Amino acid sequence: MAVTKMFGASVKRREDSRMMTGRAEYTDDVRLTHTLHMCIVRSPYAHARIKSIDTSAAKSMPGVVAVYTGEDLKDDLGQVPCAWLIPDCNLKVPEYRAVAIDKVRFVGDQVAVVVAEDRYQAEDAADAVSVDYEPLDVVTNQEDALQDGAPQLYDDVPNNLAFQWKIGGGDFDAAFASADVKISQRFVNHRLIANAIETRGATVEYNPGSGRLTAWITSQNPHIHRFLISGATGIPETDIRIISTDVGGGFGSKIPTYAGEMLACAIARKLGAQVKWMETRRENYVTNAHGRDHIDYVDVAASKDGVVSGIRVNSFANHGAYLSTAAPGVPTWLFGTMLSGAYKIPNIDCTVNGVLTNTTTTDAYRGAGRPEATYILERVMDLVAHETGLDPVEVRRRNFIQPHEFPYTVATTLEYDSGNYEEALNQALQTVGYEDFRREQEQARAEGRLLGIGFSTYVEVCGLAPSAAAGAMGFQGGLWESSTVRMHPTGKVTAFTGASPHGQGEETTFAQLIADELGVPFHDIEIVHSDTDRIPFGWGTYGSRTTAVGGSAMVYASRRIIDKARRFAAHMLEVSVDDIDFNDGIFSVKGSPEQSKTIQDVCLAAYLAWDLPEGEHPGLEESYFFDPTNFTFPFGTHICIVEIEPDTGQIEIKRYVAVDDLGNVINPMIVDGQIHGGITQGIAQALYEYAVYDESGQLLTGSMMDYCVPKFHHVPTFELGRTVTPTPVNPMGLKGAGETGTIASTPAVVNAIIDALRPLGVKHVDMPFTSERVWNVIQERKGS
Amino acid sequence: MYPTDFDYHRPESVSDAVKLLKENPEAKVLAGGHSLLPVMKLRLAMPTALIDITRLSELSGVREDGDAVVIGANTTYSELMASDVIKQKLPFLVDAADQVGDVQVRNVGTIGGACAHCDPAADFPAIVLALDAEIKTVGSSGEQTHKASDFFVDMFTPRLEPDEVITEIRLPNVADIASATYQKFAHPASGYAIVGVAGVRTSGGDVRLTVTGSVPITTRLTAAEGEISGKDLNEANIKAAADKAGEGLDFVGDIHASDQYRAHLTRVFTRRALEKLAG
Repeated sequence: MAVTKMFGASVKRREDSRMMTGRAEYTDDVRLTHTLHMCIVRSPYAHARIKSIDTSAAKSMPGVVAVYTGEDLKDDLGQVPCAWLIPDCNLKVPEYRAVAIDKVRFVGDQVAVVVAEDRYQAEDAADAVSVDYEPLDVVTNQEDALQDGAPQLYDDVPNNLAFQWKIGGGDFDAAFASADVKISQRFVNHRLIANAIETRGATVEYNPGSGRLTAWITSQNPHIHRFLISGATGIPETDIRIISTDVGGGFGSKIPTYAGEMLACAIARKLGAQVKWMETRRENYVTNAHGRDHIDYVDVAASKDGVVSGIRVNSFANHGAYLSTAAPGVPTWLFGTMLSGAYKIPNIDCTVNGVLTNTTTTDAYRGAGRPEATYILERVMDLVAHETGLDPVEVRRRNFIQPHEFPYTVATTLEYDSGNYEEALNQALQTVGYEDFRREQEQARAEGRLLGIGFSTYVEVCGLAPSAAAGAMGFQGGLWESSTVRMHPTGKVTAFTGASPHGQGEETTFAQLIADELGVPFHDIEIVHSDTDRIPFGWGTYGSRTTAVGGSAMVYASRRIIDKARRFAAHMLEVSVDDIDFNDGIFSVKGSPEQSKTIQDVCLAAYLAWDLPEGEHPGLEESYFFDPTNFTFPFGTHICIVEIEPDTGQIEIKRYVAVDDLGNVINPMIVDGQIHGGITQGIAQALYEYAVYDESGQLLTGSMMDYCVPKFHHVPTFELGRTVTPTPVNPMGLKGAGETGTIASTPAVVNAIIDALRPLGVKHVDMPFTSERVWNVIQERKGS
Repeated sequence: MYPTDFDYHRPESVSDAVKLLKENPEAKVLAGGHSLLPVMKLRLAMPTALIDITRLSELSGVREDGDAVVIGANTTYSELMASDVIKQKLPFLVDAADQVGDVQVRNVGTIGGACAHCDPAADFPAIVLALDAEIKTVGSSGEQTHKASDFFVDMFTPRLEPDEVITEIRLPNVADIASATYQKFAHPASGYAIVGVAGVRTSGGDVRLTVTGSVPITTRLTAAEGEISGKDLNEANIKAAADKAGEGLDFVGDIHASDQYRAHLTRVFTRRALEKLAG
């Protein structure tokens, strides 16, 4: 039967009907027969010694089944793991117990666990656990933490420095010494909180008869969770089933393996019971890994015609109280390697100091390291423009890697796959009407209005990753992806992926890929993911890798199906394999298309197996493990126009244009949605979202009343465009779309604000641009 | 996010509600619940009982009473916005109510609840005060009528005994209102007022200005009122009055907006309110 080509079609998301009608099964929706409820007692102090814990009152309360301290669980559970052990940087991974024993190190650290018949009883009993603390001095800022005399979090991590990592190429010092233009600037890339709409949790069932543990966990990578929970509990991998089919957003915060889900698993086994743990939003704010939190000292060498010859970055990354699962890799490999951006910068020198403080841990957050690098570079391009008097667009053009230079190896050793940066820039400029805007701006400035335009001509690294690169970076795993494609006797298809979509729409886009590859109807294809008992081993969803890597595995598994089916079809049609054509689900004899078999006919024959070709086995099911040869490098140009109200400092985004090059696009509607969400998150960092600690380590922005997750009215209409430069790295020629918006948008907004403030002589102001911060800048400048 | 144990009562009448309050001194009245339930879930408030008055129809609705407009305490923001009386007599209240929270809040939150809660950043206490309203309460010692200026005592502290409920908010002399407005600078996360300024101008040229959000409890901007009352609302007079807005007041500050910034915004939004009153 003829099937319309699905690649490139804006098919509606098939996952939406269950999610929009309340029929999805999130972790908290899972109802077992006899569930106990777990509640964690958390430290109200950011740094304190635990002198004693009295659980007797809690234990005697109604419905309470058990109350555990760290001492009680010492033998049941290993440490909360760190699994990205970056090499050659004197890395010190401090001990991280799921329940603290003698010391707590951030507000929210676990000190006891209560299990009761219902959640209210558990909460009441948690309140009744009495802990005697001896408060210690607190340090929350990474620069303060490195100072002599700063409070020490650990005896074996001197000066709270967990690692010092370096990367670079060329000779920055020589470039800087001979440069016409020298720029030095400190940048703060402040801390963010992910705020997935579903908080984290686990619903766990342990069957003492079979020894099997089944855990519904809010995870972006259920096999990594299985692997790490197996290691921490000693339960064999084969006896653990992790299910994370419906997950309400992650943004990176559901990559790590946390104390909470480890405790739920260990306690379910200890009690031989069903245990549910769902954190509250308040807990989510203080315990889910936060993002960003860099302080970067940047030096730039450039010529007076705007060509950047070198960049040096000395970065201080705040890791919080412990090293979360992937934490060390985020401000290092995912940051330092990207410090060339879209530009030819021959001399790069990067040092990253990973620092421990009395705050919540930080880890991957949408973009993870790459937004921080892009922010620096895009601000640097504007600073170079400022110093040289050139147009910021012109400075970027003069530094771009040119289309004929790909593959291009940057000074930090990455090899960019493909690109045409100027084409995306030109399209965005045309959309925004750049020259007209500059005239309008001149007029506005004459009237005293503060109107500005900002650019971000970003490039990012996606499609994580070649496993050899993962190994070299100290990531304790591979980053290939797997797929099994199973045709059923009726010709229907179940395709299994090791990736773990949780909002990205791959139940739809993967079915589109298979529909084209196998020539079967879209609605005959079911995509199965995120259940370790059903899917092949896989590494999960993050780093814009799901489609670029996981989709490739699925395409190649489908092609193996076609290879086998072609041999079967040749046998059925009594011709040689070389004489078979395959189009739109039909195998036909070359030159006589009336002699044909549908893939469904062939599939049924393969399962009946009454008459197999010689040497062939029955059935139609194939697997593929795809390990890419390189990363992918999406790019584009984002342009933001803002106007500042001088009276209040309030910023209005008047226009936002984004031209992205993601290679080929399977489902433009889903990709547009990804870009909308990404841009919104990036705008939010520039304007709305910021985590604040007070001196005692209390999170002051610990609720949605204080921490501004952007709402619909906070963002403008997005004007999207695309250029298409396919990657040679995977069979679809696509690059990944999950993080581009977040990576690109923050500097575009900030550059626009600084441009708007330029008549006041402003060169740089750190984010976030709250109205008050902008108003203060205006007042200072007017006064001076 | 899990409250402590409490009893739940749904009285059939206001007098039953008062009786229940008398019997349960640690009880709280449940109206819209948008402020109460979150603090209970955080265990910052632990009432032993909730007295649910949401279904008491005697407390609902908007009506005219001679020169006055009377708003039942249970009236939600959405009901207020849909009221024909309000649309005709006090159309600025439709716009003012539209600035409260979001659709969900407006559909459930009540005017009486906002007055009884006395949140320092709530919108309606300032609006009610600018309208020179009277707030009627009933308790075991009978009915009382308070001037709004006496009612909002301090942060989260209304002139309301534990066994009293608000029954209605009476807006007098509405025919005498020449123009009115509410100008707000909302906190981007919570939607509460960082600064809100309500302004009412009478046909005689008197101006009442009130502020919320930037001060511990809503209050009249007396210095600005004194400067502008009886005068033309021209640019120079408006500026002179706005410059005096907040004179003598102590401003609040937090991580979102310092006291200096709030003081400045009070002047800016007073100016905008006066510009709006000028038409």
